[in-house]
Amino acid sequence: MGTLGRAFTDALGLLWNMDAALIETVLLTLQVTLVALVIALAVGIPIGAAIGLTRHLPGRWLIVPLIYTGMGLPPVTVGLFTYLVLSNQGPLGGLGWLFTPSGMIVAQTIIAFPLVVGLTMAAVQGVDPNLPVQMLSLGATRRQVATVTLLEARVGVTAAVVAAYGAIISEVGAVMLVGGNIEGETRVLTTAIVLETRKGNFALALSLGIILLSLAFLTNFAFHRLQVHQGVR
Amino acid sequence: MTATYELADVRHCYGDRCVVDIPTLEVRSGEILGLVGPSGAGKSTLLRLLNFLETPTHGLITYAGVEIGGDASLATRRDVTTVFQRPMLLRRSVAANVRIGRKLHGLDTKDGSTERWLEKLGLTDLADAPARTLSAGEAQRVALARALVVEPSVLLLDEPTGNLDPYNVGLLEEIVRSENAERGTTIIVITHDVFQARRLADRTGLMVSGRMVELAATEAFFSAPQQPQTAAFVRGDLLI
Ligand SMILES: Nc1ncnc2c1ncn2[C@@H]1O[C@H](COP(=O)(O)OP(=O)(O)OP(=O)(O)O)[C@@H](O)[C@H]1O
Ligand SMILES: [Mg+2]
Repeated sequence: MGTLGRAFTDALGLLWNMDAALIETVLLTLQVTLVALVIALAVGIPIGAAIGLTRHLPGRWLIVPLIYTGMGLPPVTVGLFTYLVLSNQGPLGGLGWLFTPSGMIVAQTIIAFPLVVGLTMAAVQGVDPNLPVQMLSLGATRRQVATVTLLEARVGVTAAVVAAYGAIISEVGAVMLVGGNIEGETRVLTTAIVLETRKGNFALALSLGIILLSLAFLTNFAFHRLQVHQGVR
Repeated sequence: MTATYELADVRHCYGDRCVVDIPTLEVRSGEILGLVGPSGAGKSTLLRLLNFLETPTHGLITYAGVEIGGDASLATRRDVTTVFQRPMLLRRSVAANVRIGRKLHGLDTKDGSTERWLEKLGLTDLADAPARTLSAGEAQRVALARALVVEPSVLLLDEPTGNLDPYNVGLLEEIVRSENAERGTTIIVITHDVFQARRLADRTGLMVSGRMVELAATEAFFSAPQQPQTAAFVRGDLLI
């Protein structure tokens, strides 16, 4: 049996006897991911919907390319930027967030935000423009029109949620820089995998990788069930 | 009785092309007004103006004695609703599509009105079906139901029977007539079927190139048209 095969069987053993450190890493990963995701969605969905719904938006020629650029931001540059802002000499150094989960959440939110805005905008723009008009005719307020349109675009909006979740949970460069991969404090699954692989602990790295993939799969599975439940196929 | 609508010098232009040009028009409260005219005459555009979905580029619309300058108030907008030529239904069930009208108005949705209208329009069996899978004629009936559940004072119908079979045409005309008779709803109906205008409308108007060529009591409109264009239009359609 080669290195890979042995690493795989050892990984299964480690998964079976989950130790405290491992559980802590998993929990922190989930915490950072969920908080960053919720913030990015809470701010990004309304903004994306507003941009998508406003036909004559001043500055659209600049805003839209900026969002598209943001959707492809190299995470490590976001990490560098966040690092500089949160470092002692940086403008937000006073918060003391560098090398803490809060700092990691800031970086992850910045990475996810343009994805949410851009994909929500695209989803809303994909809705037939006759729909808002007909809702207005039925006596909807502007806000009700926005809500109905967003619900109508729910397949696309769910795609935005999925993309943002995937980007955050799989991200490594930014959290490494901003969090510092401190055991018991800022170590998450991705940074732990990098570390254990470097140290040659392939079985441990692999078991972490399996957990990471499982988390991604289970969540996406849940999202998909939700879509089916909504009657969207 | 005050007029539902009074139009004064209303012109509506896209760029330098004016598609509606109506110096004066009065729509009486509680009447059924039929609108006929060739494709592109500006009939649908006129309905959009009357539903306050667009503001005329020139002139003034008075609704129930109130001048509407710019955006109409929410209460005024909720008085009027349109069943569009191409109804857009939500990606939800048929019943949810009917309910949405009352929901938007903040009215009780469990008052049985949704079920009652589904029943009246022969849609009860389709209540739980996804609305996007409906045939054109079924969608048109859903659109009528969702308009009627909000109990509008003015109902604007843009070719409401375009996709319906004769049985459903009769059904819809019956509903329009009874809404008008029982609730006093003012109804404007655009139709390509002159026989329908004849059956339904108290008065009928002919629109050509944005202008109201002739507007008269339906009987007079068809039997003794004053304008040569009206005579030609009526004759032309009777040939079919
Ligand atoms: N938003 C718009 N921008 C530019 N032109 C428009 C717009 N809406 C309508 N028009 C033009 O206005 C004219 C009148 O259109 P309208 O839809 O009111 O005609 P109609 O009488 O309802 O025709 P039909 O019987 O075919 O439905 C058409 O030539 C159309 O191309
Ligand atoms: Mg039309």
